[in-house]
Amino acid sequence: MNEILWISLEALIKAIIILSLLLLSAAISVYLERKLSAWIQLRIGPNRVGPFGLLQPIVDVVKLIMKEDIVPNGANKFLHGLAPVISLAVAIMVWAVIPVADPIKIGDHIIQMGISPNADIGILFILAMTSVGVYGIALAGWSSNNKYSLLGGLRSSAQMISYELSMGLAILSIILISGSFSLSDIVNQQFSHWGGFRWNIFIQPLGFLIFLTTAFAETNRAPFDLPEAEQELVSGYNTEYSGMRFGMFFLAEYANMATSSAIITLLYLGGWTLPFAPSAIGLEQGTWILGLVQFVIFAIKIYLLVMFFIWVRWTVPRFRYDQLMRLGWKVLLPLALLNLILTSFGVLFINH
Amino acid sequence: MNTFQIVFYLFALIVIISAMGVVFSRKLMYSAFSLLFTFFGVAGIYALLNADFLAVVQIMIYVGGILVLIIFGVMLTTKITDVDMISGKTGKWVYLGASIVSLSVLTLLLYMFNTVNWNLPGATAIYHDSSLDALGTVLLTKYVLTFLVAAILLLIAFIGAALIARKGN
Repeated sequence: MNEILWISLEALIKAIIILSLLLLSAAISVYLERKLSAWIQLRIGPNRVGPFGLLQPIVDVVKLIMKEDIVPNGANKFLHGLAPVISLAVAIMVWAVIPVADPIKIGDHIIQMGISPNADIGILFILAMTSVGVYGIALAGWSSNNKYSLLGGLRSSAQMISYELSMGLAILSIILISGSFSLSDIVNQQFSHWGGFRWNIFIQPLGFLIFLTTAFAETNRAPFDLPEAEQELVSGYNTEYSGMRFGMFFLAEYANMATSSAIITLLYLGGWTLPFAPSAIGLEQGTWILGLVQFVIFAIKIYLLVMFFIWVRWTVPRFRYDQLMRLGWKVLLPLALLNLILTSFGVLFINH
Repeated sequence: MNTFQIVFYLFALIVIISAMGVVFSRKLMYSAFSLLFTFFGVAGIYALLNADFLAVVQIMIYVGGILVLIIFGVMLTTKITDVDMISGKTGKWVYLGASIVSLSVLTLLLYMFNTVNWNLPGATAIYHDSSLDALGTVLLTKYVLTFLVAAILLLIAFIGAALIARKGN
């Protein structure tokens, strides 16, 4: 009983830390998005609040909290309130299985860096949570009693369901190579060969491209942002949301971006590992300094990917809906299948 | 009562309450939505019993697949969401029939639960590694025929759905 209590307490503390970091990173992503988009369009961007406008996200959140919360006439109040909660919760729940560094030792205790990073089914859990994510958006669209919202919600669900398939197949190739469903194992596998540089992006370039594309589609980011195409649908499934409920969708979008970047980093870009053996710069396995350094590396990789997401959004035009579906079903799915078959042959060939 | 039991009864309570919600809700949409919590509760019980793979697959297939289909069906059918389930054409005979069927199913399940000689390998181990390896091995050796038959069945269903959905036939 006592042991279980301690385990729960440890998980709770880790969850609070990861949650705060995630929300903070969402705020930073919003600032980055506004600043980078401004630079891309030769504007200045937010520069009034704080130095370089750094306090802008805080001001935005305060504004959203103070705003009136409007529920449209004829909307289903219960589901209308629940939808943003589902969206945000799903984006956060994925972090339960994401490891952020190697385990560290304090005294004779081994502390895992993550809530449950050694879960044997880490990747499956991520896939399951992505499939639950459809509910938030579909229910938001339906319960708003607004045709634009409904269209946005339906588009988004169709898009997420279609791209989930290719995503799963791309992940399956990675699982074939590393022989494990656990995210920690996959990262360690990438580090243990080729002097720490056997990143899966080099052996799975096609898989990486497929996964990257589906990640864009799953997060509803441009060029796949049809669910919120401003010119056609006002702002899609969140048209009828205001105040902090809108804020939760907004947060969920940026948290999802960080989550997708983290998954791409873990699966294809070597995760938190240093590009060389940690003993080369005098860091021992299991010390908290190494844990911190690895976490910083992980965060840098995530942020580079987040910037890539932003860069793509402000440079690439949106797909048309039929183009989107054709790309998903007629290009990505066969390519992912081909990739899977080639990988299986490769693995079979090498293991014999 | 130890922690295991507390957690088990928590999940059991979620399952039962939400399952009652499925049956007793007056609006179809709420029924479909209650089903979401039922599936999650069952997944929780699976996870509690060390069947982690089954738990995640439960969420992936039932929540991510089947329930999405049901909710889409409800959402896109006009006027179905506000149908009052109780004021419809349900007379006493329907209640009687439903009660008889439910009671006989309950009796059958209870009988099965008490008489079948359950095979419980390793039930004494409190914690062991993931069930993934064992499951994969068994599926591709002992039950490979069943596995293939199920795969072919799914393929047929897939082709059939594509054929029905095609335009101009």
